[in-house]
Amino acid sequence: MNHISPVIWQFLVKWLTNFALLPPEASKIAPQMDALLFFLVLVSLIGLTIVVLLVVSFSILYNKKRHPVAVQVEGSTLLEAIWTIIPLGLFLVIFVWGALIYFRVFTPPANAMNIYVVGKQWMWKVEHPGGQHEINALHVPTGRAVQLTLISQDVFHSFSIPAFRVKREAIPGRYTTVWFEATTPGTYHLFCTQYCGTNHSQMTGDVVVMSPEEYRKWLASSTSGVSLAQNGERLFASLSCAACHNARPDARGPSLANVYGAKLALASGGTVIADDAYLREAILNPSQHITQGYAPIMPTYQGQISEEGVIALIEYIKNLNSDYRIEQTLNSTEMPPGSEGAAKGGVTPAVKGPVTKGTVKP
Amino acid sequence: MSTHTIVSLPDQSTARIPKDNYITRENGLLSWLLTSDHKRIAILYLISITFFFFIGGALAGLIRLELLTPQADLMASDTYNKVFTMHGVIMIFFFLVPSVPATLGNFFIPMMIGAKDLALPKVNLLSWYLYMAGGLLALYTMTVGGVDTGWTFTTPLSTHYVNTNVLTTGLAVFIAGFSSILTGLNFIVTIHKMRAPGLTWFRLPLFIWSNYAASILMVLGTPVLAIAIVLIALERTLGIGVFDPTKGGDPLLFQHLFWFYSHPAVYIMILPGMGVISEVISNFSRKRVFGYTAVAFSSVAIAVFGFFVWAHHMFIMGISNYAVLVFSLLSMLVAVPSAIKIFNWSLTLYKGSITFETPMLYAFGFMGLFTIGGMTGVFLGSSGTDIHLTETYFIVAHFHFVMVGGMLMAFLAGIHFWWPKMTGRMYPEKISQLAAVVTFIGFNLTFFPQFILGMLGMPRRYAAYPPEFQILNVFSTAGATILGVGYLLPVLYLVWSLRYGAIAGDNPWQATGLEWQTQSPPLTENFAVIPIMDHEAYDYEWLEKQQKEKGVTSVG
Repeated sequence: MNHISPVIWQFLVKWLTNFALLPPEASKIAPQMDALLFFLVLVSLIGLTIVVLLVVSFSILYNKKRHPVAVQVEGSTLLEAIWTIIPLGLFLVIFVWGALIYFRVFTPPANAMNIYVVGKQWMWKVEHPGGQHEINALHVPTGRAVQLTLISQDVFHSFSIPAFRVKREAIPGRYTTVWFEATTPGTYHLFCTQYCGTNHSQMTGDVVVMSPEEYRKWLASSTSGVSLAQNGERLFASLSCAACHNARPDARGPSLANVYGAKLALASGGTVIADDAYLREAILNPSQHITQGYAPIMPTYQGQISEEGVIALIEYIKNLNSDYRIEQTLNSTEMPPGSEGAAKGGVTPAVKGPVTKGTVKP
Repeated sequence: MSTHTIVSLPDQSTARIPKDNYITRENGLLSWLLTSDHKRIAILYLISITFFFFIGGALAGLIRLELLTPQADLMASDTYNKVFTMHGVIMIFFFLVPSVPATLGNFFIPMMIGAKDLALPKVNLLSWYLYMAGGLLALYTMTVGGVDTGWTFTTPLSTHYVNTNVLTTGLAVFIAGFSSILTGLNFIVTIHKMRAPGLTWFRLPLFIWSNYAASILMVLGTPVLAIAIVLIALERTLGIGVFDPTKGGDPLLFQHLFWFYSHPAVYIMILPGMGVISEVISNFSRKRVFGYTAVAFSSVAIAVFGFFVWAHHMFIMGISNYAVLVFSLLSMLVAVPSAIKIFNWSLTLYKGSITFETPMLYAFGFMGLFTIGGMTGVFLGSSGTDIHLTETYFIVAHFHFVMVGGMLMAFLAGIHFWWPKMTGRMYPEKISQLAAVVTFIGFNLTFFPQFILGMLGMPRRYAAYPPEFQILNVFSTAGATILGVGYLLPVLYLVWSLRYGAIAGDNPWQATGLEWQTQSPPLTENFAVIPIMDHEAYDYEWLEKQQKEKGVTSVG
């Protein structure tokens, strides 16, 4: 076969020996997804075979040579009913089957470990709760449900791991989630699949699946030494959130201890569950999300905190289960709380950083 | 008469093209540019959409060349992004949307219903000028730097992040949209008001039904696209914030608006093509379309359901799970009428007397490729599998199977079928059959590997890709060169036939439609006497009787 270009020949051999229709199945959902995909391929092949058989056999049986005069047939209600009901039935089965998988992919189990992912032109930034940061890579253990909470800091991106059969859009201004449980250690493709500008095709990386022991080793060796929540605590202090959210009886902001997941009554009426999305909105756009009983004095932090910063704050608030922590934060700002409160007696919501203001004014 | 063909041509030694016809009635460029004759406007459209098709095709060629190798080496990423964006914009807004309606529809809707022209002839000319204004503006943006948002203009990329010609391209699409609205409106009015005496709704050819359904989609859907584009322009220039989350806007809202048009738009593109297939299959099997009423109503059903499936483009974008359920279910329902059509066309062949001229070959190609395109649509409408397949080459392959394998095949079937009526001359049969086969092979080689690429997870709109995907991309590029030949051939031999083709006579296919019961090329006013419809559509026995009577009178 030397007369075929050797390069093409090599390619062909390589492709045929590794022939695959689907990427490796490396997550728990993958075999379920593939089962439906194979069913769909099967139905398509049967449908296509029926159409081709009809066309070919009629073309042979009733070509002009064999069948010079056409016999007019008006139609058949029975046949119409058959080819309406059978495809409809099949499509409904596919619909239900697909919806089951869809709900599984987008309904994380309660004990899932959460990892934050921020998309930006043109990289993926991954924030582990333990303070590990990754860019264009994601390390996960096998046998453990992992939930990704995604957000974009600019345009739409889409976080796709073909080997896991999961994909989720990262949207500006909104958290989206997806979860998976990896099953097979290895390194898999990570793609951005939503067109996002110049280097869209460079916004790729590796998903590294490790056994639990290896993953523990990796966690220990790649931590920055400061967990995500601790980072959040620092931000909480430097933004002087504790000036108001300090859990004192006269505090101007509600206590944040155990607020995560709680049901809050809003000043505008109605209640809301304090989840990631609510907390993010309450930090960036507070005047729309005032808790009942408090004045709308919180300034907006839009443009002052990065998406990673918001994530760190949320992670801090999530882990906040006593006011004792806030007290500590308060003290760590090196601001006498009394004077702070006094200096801020009648400030308008437009004032941004109480700390700097407080220290400069007196 | 040969038993292999139904073609019956007049005696070539004596036959002549009728001296007075719509082409010869007036002369000079102005007589074309200021015409209000629907047939001349159709020819203007045919020339212009062919021009845009080849520009879009050249861009597709560049895409395939770039993807021959895994690295982004032929062009920079930015250039690649502009190339695929312009390919999409030109092919969708300046080829696919106007293709069948504006050319074949414009030419034959009045003729099929026995009218002298469309109801609003001057508006029809205005449509063409709007189309050209939009098209030339789009070409202009290409020469001054292009645009790289993707044809979907996704926000906030298009409003806040790219510095290319979003506004001019948007304006081009906006203007062309009005052309589409006016054409749709014109068709609706014409079909309602100008049918010949005796031509009731259920005697209409199915081509009319499908164009009517598409026209309704054009009139109702296109304004929403116009609104979405205006909002993009306002957001880009004034920063009004409807799509900007930092100002309380919703970036997903744009996609709702865009797909509210752009999903029905794929039915705007495919429905008229389905109409062509009904005409061609019936004619070359000498039989009335099986289940006429079912086929007619399936067009209407597609138009109605087509409006309520748009969010299936957004299954992974964080819309509510219950919205996903509803839109997935409705997407399954919209697949049913397409299946009904395919089976009815297949059964039309039953007990027919089939011949295999070029239009029929293209129609067979359509049926196979559209079946694959339609079934793979179910893969994507099923919410679970959509997660894995969306935004990959699977989408690209599915869309091209429906639009190129379906629509373009139908367009070529129609062009060949009606060529004798439009020009008075036959195209050369053998070479055009070859072109149909070449197109079919080239098409499959180009786009079938893309299904596998998509299943493997290769994302779309990538200038560079992991090396393991190369071999399938090589197949695809190789197929694209064959496909290119398949599309160039018809241009060559059709132009050739304008001068050297056999003289066709009034009704070379012995077809039943009213458009065939007049001279070719037709008179400017189409019919010497307005026909009276006293029979059903596709009544081949009526035609036979008619011809026998004619034969008798001419002998006598």
